[in-house]
Amino acid sequence: MEVLDIIRPENKVFSKSGLMTDCALTFCPGCGHGTAHNLTMEVIDELGIGDDTIGVAPVGCSVFAYDFMNVDMTQAAHGRAPAVATGIVRTWPEKYVFTYKGDGDLAAIGTAETIHACNRGENMVIIFVNNGIYGMTGGQMAPTTLSGMRTSTSPYGRDIDTMGSPIKMSELIANLPGTYYVTRQAVHTHKHARQAKKALKTAFQNTRLKKGLSFVEIIANCNSGWKMTPNDSNIWMEENMFPYFPLGDIKVNGTLK
Amino acid sequence: MKGNEAIAEAAIRAGADAYFGYPITPQSEVIEYLMTERPEERTGMVVLQAESEVAAINMVYGAASAGKRVLTSSSSPGISLKLEGISYMAGAELPGVIVNVVRGGPGLGTIQPSQADYFQAVKGGGHGDYKLYVLAPSSVQEMSDFVGDAFDIAFKYRAPVMILSDGLIGQMMEKVELRPQKERLTDDEVAEKYGSWALTGKKGREHNIITSLYLDPEQMEQKVRKLMKKYDQMEREDMRYETFQTEDADYLIVAYGSSARIAQKSIELARNKGIKVGLLRPITLFPFPKQPLLELADQVKGILSVELNAGQMVEDVRLSTEFKVPVEHFGRTGGIIHTPEEILEALEQKIIKDGSVRHHKTREQSIF
Repeated sequence: MEVLDIIRPENKVFSKSGLMTDCALTFCPGCGHGTAHNLTMEVIDELGIGDDTIGVAPVGCSVFAYDFMNVDMTQAAHGRAPAVATGIVRTWPEKYVFTYKGDGDLAAIGTAETIHACNRGENMVIIFVNNGIYGMTGGQMAPTTLSGMRTSTSPYGRDIDTMGSPIKMSELIANLPGTYYVTRQAVHTHKHARQAKKALKTAFQNTRLKKGLSFVEIIANCNSGWKMTPNDSNIWMEENMFPYFPLGDIKVNGTLK
Repeated sequence: MKGNEAIAEAAIRAGADAYFGYPITPQSEVIEYLMTERPEERTGMVVLQAESEVAAINMVYGAASAGKRVLTSSSSPGISLKLEGISYMAGAELPGVIVNVVRGGPGLGTIQPSQADYFQAVKGGGHGDYKLYVLAPSSVQEMSDFVGDAFDIAFKYRAPVMILSDGLIGQMMEKVELRPQKERLTDDEVAEKYGSWALTGKKGREHNIITSLYLDPEQMEQKVRKLMKKYDQMEREDMRYETFQTEDADYLIVAYGSSARIAQKSIELARNKGIKVGLLRPITLFPFPKQPLLELADQVKGILSVELNAGQMVEDVRLSTEFKVPVEHFGRTGGIIHTPEEILEALEQKIIKDGSVRHHKTREQSIF
């Protein structure tokens, strides 16, 4: 196939969601955030709820989510997105409200806001991208950094005795009655991305049915932070992250699996 | 009714869409009153007890992002926790009302009344180049009236507004004339009125973004300039103060909130002794009544700034009067309320007796 054939409309095999803006993504090449963004917007587009969706961007690598996602969006202080989203959904109960957060934002500085929004069963979707590291600030230890994993603030590897264990947020919040759907996904292969998209769709459908809080964790690579090539980082993720953070549904229709 | 209850009732009547708060003495009556009153049935107003002051102010941030009329209340240590959110609201240009029923500090301090959060309210408190419009009620009536006024200012400027009260007015009971019930805006009205900037769903327009993040230095400076213009406009159009017996005054007391109430009695006592004293009460602490003070500085021989703290507003009084006359501070701290007699005694000792010589006392001398 010649180059000119490839760009013919009839040969197109993929395009970004219509709810993604034309703004160039600021993520490192190889990072999973771009896919997670696109999947989120695809789902919102396919459900036809773009005009009624309000998103909350976090602090971290995805701080500029509002530039890429073509829906009404606000930017929250570090960790506070679930509280900000609570303020929105309580005063606009008919809207589809979601937050998009990283591991530092959700599982460290915003633990209280996350747990209490989950506990109240706020009718919203929390998308949690967990790559086990602080990407934006340059590769520091996250609450989800694996044991022994080297980061700039655990240069000799995470020492569980002094630094605590990597926190499993999905399992933690799944035990709260307010959560209706809790699942852990990945987006590094087509198969995983399709699965993740299905999970995101379920989550937003739950919002439509006013079922309460849906929590979609996405295990992602951070090739820059982990100091690996994108491909190596995906292999490392499968071999190290997945055993500790197993993929799959944790709670469905309000029932623990 | 109690000052704190007046705030709660006034919020319902001002057509507020939501209140988010966390209990703290001496202002828990605000949320208690609201929870008892069931405003969701009266007007559809949402009331939610948050997990912390931090969460509460961020709920305010969220609802304000979506164009809703929303408020929170707390007391000093709780306001310290809210300052991050207040700075974000100022940066993101969001309207909202924050009530501080001040208690003594620093630290956990005391649950007794104080005016020691003047600096925190007026000089920023949170990080960055911003200012808060600050209303200082001195009666339960004003606790009620200022809620509606605060919402008007918040939406006029798209900025957070603080009502700086204290434990004395919060707990005090007085007769109040309540304003009539104002209808809450419907979702459609909110979308129509504020859809140009607020998150109301992007139907029929480009998506709206609320943020305070500007990594481009030029853009960030533009933003700061825009905020400063707003504050200049507040100074021009919405500065509030009142005077009491200043026409013939030889000496002036400057006091706000509960201190202003007490100082009025001191003025009566002074005039009975033949000392002509007047009062200037700043109603807005920012914008501060600089010009009226400067004009009075040409008339009086000395000024006493009376505050329930170790000397905070006195700095603004000195700056405003451009050091034309001696300005001293008097105030009790720790939750002790100064008496009218104490204020008069301080005026006589600090201003009338040795006021002709310009010197500042140590901070310790200034308090007692």
